[in-house]
Amino acid sequence: MNELEILIIDDEVQIRKLLSITLHSNNYKVLEAANAKEGLALAASCSPDMILLDIGLPDESGHIVLKRLREWYNKPIIILSVQNCEDDIVKALDNGANDYLVKPFRTGELLARLRSAIRSTNIEESQPVFDLGDLYIDLSTHTVKKNKEVIKLTSTEYYLLALLVVNEGKVLTHQYILRQVWGVGYISQSQYLRVFIAQLRKKIENDPNRPEYILTESGVGYRFVAKE
Amino acid sequence: MPALFTYKANKSRQYFLSIGLVVVVSAICYLLSDYMGYRVVALILMVTVSFIAMFYSILPVLVCAILSALIWDYFFIPPYFAFTVHDTEDLLMLMMYFIIAMVNAVMTYKIRQMEKAAQEREEKEKTVMLYNTLLNSLSHELRTPISTIIGATDNMLSELNNLTEQNKNDLLKEISDASLRLDRQVENLLNMSRLESGFLKPKKDWCDINELIHDVANKYTGNIDNHTINIQVKENLPLFKLDFVLIEQVLNNLILNAILYTPKYCIVTIMAMCKNDNLILIIEDHGNGFPPEEIDKVFDKFYRLKNTKPGGTGLGLSIVKGFIEAHNGKVKLENIPEGGARFTIEIPAETTYINNLKNE
Repeated sequence: MNELEILIIDDEVQIRKLLSITLHSNNYKVLEAANAKEGLALAASCSPDMILLDIGLPDESGHIVLKRLREWYNKPIIILSVQNCEDDIVKALDNGANDYLVKPFRTGELLARLRSAIRSTNIEESQPVFDLGDLYIDLSTHTVKKNKEVIKLTSTEYYLLALLVVNEGKVLTHQYILRQVWGVGYISQSQYLRVFIAQLRKKIENDPNRPEYILTESGVGYRFVAKE
Repeated sequence: MPALFTYKANKSRQYFLSIGLVVVVSAICYLLSDYMGYRVVALILMVTVSFIAMFYSILPVLVCAILSALIWDYFFIPPYFAFTVHDTEDLLMLMMYFIIAMVNAVMTYKIRQMEKAAQEREEKEKTVMLYNTLLNSLSHELRTPISTIIGATDNMLSELNNLTEQNKNDLLKEISDASLRLDRQVENLLNMSRLESGFLKPKKDWCDINELIHDVANKYTGNIDNHTINIQVKENLPLFKLDFVLIEQVLNNLILNAILYTPKYCIVTIMAMCKNDNLILIIEDHGNGFPPEEIDKVFDKFYRLKNTKPGGTGLGLSIVKGFIEAHNGKVKLENIPEGGARFTIEIPAETTYINNLKNE
């Protein structure tokens, strides 16, 4: 397996060191940048497979770096943020970040996010069938099966589920989901989203109160995960 | 009485009342002038002005001093109804009256200023002392996990160590626990400073309370061995417009408290219901409850129960209160007769029952 190269843009030496040890030991190659300027330069010269970007950089806001990168860079960017900054996270996700991690994060979480971000870019041709064990979704025929039995979804429930499944592993903001499923006029109507998520969970989760597929990301959005 | 005679009474009222008092006293003296000499009147007026000086600010007092001197001269010193004074003794007395009244007013004012300054200084000293105590206890609470981390890592890094694998794992577990505890304490401090800054504005959006409660409670499943979290959410609960993240934090702090401070195998119950468009959340445990004399203090910043185990910052519950009050809500703590503590939260909120309509 050829090693993937990950660029870390973070001003904290300790965080860079920790990330670099963790990533090395999991067979990733690591590039490090301590500020926005270095980060942008390294990204341009090395074109890494993924970027971990800290939002709070000394010379320039991570939001600006993100925008500048997204002008040409189309591989995954994962944002590193601190607690209580849901607004920052939502803004970064809306500006093209693929995912986020809140410091302090657990190693397992970090690796899972990396894998899922890489997986999402590797799927070249979109596949219509998702076989997730007890849940089976065929987008070509609009079929959803739970424990091999077809379950009936309303059309809104179906489109919501399809959107989540296609973006498996990725967090989708409330606004993004509302815009995609209900339309631009509904982005402030989050009550619909809450209701349909609850309904969908009742139909596809084993225990709707302990969801395993549709996870709540407090203050940010929802994430669909395939059980491993 | 206090409302009339404090120096906080507004300016025009101060002038009105003090001038009125001088006029009334003068009038009474005038009516009684057959029974007493005019020099006694000077003393009575002086007492009146001194009395006013005790409560009012300097300007109205000076006005009264001048006014009373003029009244005394005009109405009481012969020749009557004229400002002229023939007798040298009277002239001297008038001048002295004037000076004494002025000095009296200024001195009283100065004393009051000094008193105020002393009071402020005392209050400031008290605050500084309070903060020092708090900082001491806080830095102690932060130091404990830091000491653990430093000690454990030193031990592992030392070339002389002959730790077994088991020892190493134990130390790593200690480091992990200590850092999680540190993280929790820093988060509480951050939340507290957000509250203190006064800029905390809830970002209200529609919340599914059932989802919210389970989202918090699910974080604890698998991490707790000896407690059970029991959730009872009323059916057909509407959606509430609240700050999801803040209310999660509230529940998190209360659940964590219940788990940390109740004996093993306790059940923590979370209930949610809707009453007159208010969201009611009840968090109950069957531990030992709170000492009744301390119940009123537990929401105070940095307050920790006497005889409690070390490890907290005394911020968790004050954050709970702060976040609920940011929603214009209330939180109440009581002991349950059967044993244990019950937190009752009541938050007024916009509601919608769209979730209970037939969809499509």
